Amino acid sequence: MALSETWDAAPVEASAAQDRVELLVGGARCAGCIQKIESAVRARAGVTSARLNLTTGKLSVVRRRGGPDTSELIALLVAMGYRAALFDPGEALAEDNREGRRLAKALGVAAFGAMNVMMFTVPVWAGADMGVGVRTFLYWAAAIVATPCALYAGMPFFESAWRSLRRGRANMDVPITIGVLLTLAVSFSETLLRGREAYFDAAVSLLFLLLVGRYLDHQLRARARSAARSVLALQAPTASVLDEAGAVRRIPTGQVRAGDLLAVAAGERVPVDGVVEQGASELDLSLVTGETLPARAAVGRAVPAGASNLTGQLMIRASAPAENSTLAAIARLMEAGAQSRSRYVQLAEKAAAVYVPVVHAAALLTAIGWLVAGEDIRTAILRAAAVLIITCPCALGLAVPAVQIVACGRLFRRGVLVKSGAALERLAEATHVVFDKTGVLTAGKPVLVGGSADLAALAAPLARASRHPLARALAEAAGEGPLAEEVTETAGFGVEGMIGGRRARLGRADWVGAPTGGGETELWFGFEGETKIRFRFVDEVRPEAAAVVAALKARGLTVEVLSGDAAGPVRACADQLGLDAWRSGMTPMDKAAALDALAAAGRRVLMVGDGLNDAGALAKAHASMAPGSAAEASQIASDLVFEHGLDAVPEALEVARQARARALENFTLSAAYNLVAAPVAILGLASPFVAAIAMSASSLVVTLNALRLQFSRIA
Amino acid sequence: MSALIWLAPASVLLGLLGLAAFAWTFSANQYDDPQGDAARILLDDDDGPPPPEEGRDVG
Repeated sequence: MALSETWDAAPVEASAAQDRVELLVGGARCAGCIQKIESAVRARAGVTSARLNLTTGKLSVVRRRGGPDTSELIALLVAMGYRAALFDPGEALAEDNREGRRLAKALGVAAFGAMNVMMFTVPVWAGADMGVGVRTFLYWAAAIVATPCALYAGMPFFESAWRSLRRGRANMDVPITIGVLLTLAVSFSETLLRGREAYFDAAVSLLFLLLVGRYLDHQLRARARSAARSVLALQAPTASVLDEAGAVRRIPTGQVRAGDLLAVAAGERVPVDGVVEQGASELDLSLVTGETLPARAAVGRAVPAGASNLTGQLMIRASAPAENSTLAAIARLMEAGAQSRSRYVQLAEKAAAVYVPVVHAAALLTAIGWLVAGEDIRTAILRAAAVLIITCPCALGLAVPAVQIVACGRLFRRGVLVKSGAALERLAEATHVVFDKTGVLTAGKPVLVGGSADLAALAAPLARASRHPLARALAEAAGEGPLAEEVTETAGFGVEGMIGGRRARLGRADWVGAPTGGGETELWFGFEGETKIRFRFVDEVRPEAAAVVAALKARGLTVEVLSGDAAGPVRACADQLGLDAWRSGMTPMDKAAALDALAAAGRRVLMVGDGLNDAGALAKAHASMAPGSAAEASQIASDLVFEHGLDAVPEALEVARQARARALENFTLSAAYNLVAAPVAILGLASPFVAAIAMSASSLVVTLNALRLQFSRIA
Repeated sequence: MSALIWLAPASVLLGLLGLAAFAWTFSANQYDDPQGDAARILLDDDDGPPPPEEGRDVG
């Protein structure tokens, strides 16, 4: 196969006889998984080959016509205990991939050019005893290697500079482009005039170092975007729609129309806003409103999208119109937030805005100065070019990407996914933290309080048979044990069954036959005709929450909680954790408005939330974090997604702050380097050798400084 | 000088060989799955090696 054809292999190819499908597989970690998955899929009739990419989690299956369809393959993987979904890369990711391959190729060419040009120029620098003829011959050889390499490897910079100039702005790529092109032009003219000052090597090695920074930056963004997409694809919501014949079809949620009748089984999420037509159950609204305790759902009740159906099957009529639904309103809030965020100016752009005019003015003044001083035009241009080369923002181009990739890599290993470098910069600026309560500060599920272990063990055989969160909490408190017999569950009321030959009930007070009607926070239990026992539950604050709040306060941040839950539990939680302020009963719009108000008061808010009701606020916040258990919309709206506990919040903040400090140090180092090197070039003392050494040294220094972040201590 | 006329192109040629090797590894997708390639060493290929070009180029 020809090289030119294989540089960019198309991601999916198909022919008449067979096609290829890409599946995203979650949970595969080791060689054993590779073997298990590949051999199981290959064993299917009609599958030609299966190959799992462990790095990206993609399984590529080639199948003959008439082979297993995609849903069969997904079912097979799910049966083996992996999560699986069809992978559709989408335009943005495919574009990312093309850009990454292009940068890698440019990097390879620049590396080749930089190494081979030096073969010809090092003898000249080293001061070998040679005549003008030999020197010119070496320069021509260098030109033949360097020119095509520099033009090819420089393309990403030239294009970016051109795009930026057309918009009437100058980004960092403008001085890079001018520097590289001017260097090549000056070197050619010097070689033609048989002069000494040719900088072919500088042009190529400069591009090589810059491409390293550019490639690192790209890898960081591509990895984050791809990971975010995988998370979403694996949770891609579908809905079970009943057609007129009464048959159930599973379709993507986006295709549900108003008026469709949907079946929502126990354990599933309600896909769209609707009204219950049939069935009774309990709904977990914690992701929608932040309420901890389940709400009852009976015929005629409106149910919001995102609610989790707990105990019984429900038939839901999708309500119209979809664009007026709660979800759509939240989506609009998220868009507004994303727009305001795209106006954020990153550190490197701020530096470029100062740097570009200064450097170009210095080069221009150098040329004018030497002309005025009576030098000829050739010398004046040479010295101006030397200024541009030596001040080329090599270290600046590396300074920020190197820091960010080290910081994000460190957080990634800790289970924190950072979506962009800009997110890290915004996080470092936070002065105020807003927490959601349910599922963030608290575990988001009820825990049994009070009551003796004996009583819990008595009721546990019934509790083990139910999916209701309170029953589960009771079963968890009692530990393992026997299951009741002849169990029947009445959705919305409780479970009934035989324990040791006696009939017993566990559920709502009135259903069990208790004298007092209790709230939703308790379960009653009793054998037929005997005294009833009460179990109480609360949503407990996470064990690490108090330490996290203290750590944030110690770093000078104010901490607040905004919750959709009732005032009582929110106040209890705020008091227990020593929060500065709390507000309860907030709607999604209230939360977003509260964030706007905080921003208007000059606060830079870090929002930590998990519910659908937080998505708008997450998108509006200066920076935002969501746990991996959060609703999809909240994960999309967040800058960072973290696993394993709240400790990630202060840790990410600390790493972000250290990253900012390292980036600023790198800018200072680059500025210091330029303050020394630029005058040398302006005075005409910079030889190509000095320029090359100084440039590489400054890049090395900023990279090493960035690596310090890898080993720094987090208090 | 006469030695240079031979040696300079020869050295560039060697460099180009290196570049071609990089282009080949790149086009053969050898940088796509570093974790998987590391793990696959541990597998016993009792069924023989996988078919060539598997999972990348079809048809």
